[in-house]
Amino acid sequence: MHELSVTENILNIATSHAQKAGAKTVTDIYIVIGRLSSIVDDSIQFYWDMISENTICFGAKLHFERRPAEILCLDCNQKFSLNAELSPCPHCNSMSLMVLSGEEFWLDSIEIEK
Amino acid sequence: MESHRVTVVEKIFSANDQVASINRQMFDRAGIFTINIMASPGAGKTSTILQTIRALRPAFRIGVIEGDTAPVTIDADKVIAEGMPAVQINTGGDCHLDAPMLQAGLAQLPLEQLDIIIVENVGNLICPAAFNLGTHANVLIASVPEGDDKPYKYPGIYRGLDALILNKIDLLPYVPFNQEYFRQGVEVLNPGVAFFPLSCQSGEGISAWTDWLAARVAEQKQRK
Repeated sequence: MHELSVTENILNIATSHAQKAGAKTVTDIYIVIGRLSSIVDDSIQFYWDMISENTICFGAKLHFERRPAEILCLDCNQKFSLNAELSPCPHCNSMSLMVLSGEEFWLDSIEIEK
Repeated sequence: MESHRVTVVEKIFSANDQVASINRQMFDRAGIFTINIMASPGAGKTSTILQTIRALRPAFRIGVIEGDTAPVTIDADKVIAEGMPAVQINTGGDCHLDAPMLQAGLAQLPLEQLDIIIVENVGNLICPAAFNLGTHANVLIASVPEGDDKPYKYPGIYRGLDALILNKIDLLPYVPFNQEYFRQGVEVLNPGVAFFPLSCQSGEGISAWTDWLAARVAEQKQRK
């Protein structure tokens, strides 16, 4: 349950970029979350509506793009995507695996009105 | 009004990461080696810290920062009873320590007198993994009764570890725990991580862990 501090960070980052771009208001915020990154649930939107009041971000909609982890099988050399628990290679059942990506957690872009 | 898309691409934890790097600079200037101990509640964080203090007390002075969600000083009191300085950080219900909380706690420790700082994070396998504190080593304590499937269910915390302790190995004869399956998951997420199976109860395996830590502390002193 670290969603409140996550939400505060999102607000700070979005506000600072919106001000630099000369925005009057922010309408949408796009966030990328990898499967191996911190677990963040939909309560962010709830916190968001509370803490963004009286800021240029008030009313903005949060969009979460959840990206699967990309895994390389070191036995059959094929890549696969992981959406749930860590599991063996779906092609050859090997557990000799390497994590290629999945730890993304960033604010990708914002939609503003000037 | 015109609508514009503005590219941001900024890590959501960038503010925390900045404070973490200030913490790290402070440790390096003081020549202190710092570890962040994470685990689920009951895995044996405090027991491991007390064993570590007892083993390394002749050679090093150790400060401990205890993260707790409530103002209970049970853990800090145990450290103080061992003759080492301890600071309690009450997270006010938060599930993890972050870099600014640690910075505030550090102000209460006599840094110039210390060789090692051990940070005991809040007992939790999810949130602490997301917050870089600026410590030199992230250490996870898993324990036999928790089960061998934890790397598979909580992959995030097994990434980015510098050392992994498996505590309560004295219970292996009594609890189903497939060590090979456990190690396999760990190896995928964190190939080659330093691994220390031990028992705080019997003392088995403690010295391998404390030797590893003592070697890291010596390296840090040489770097200063």
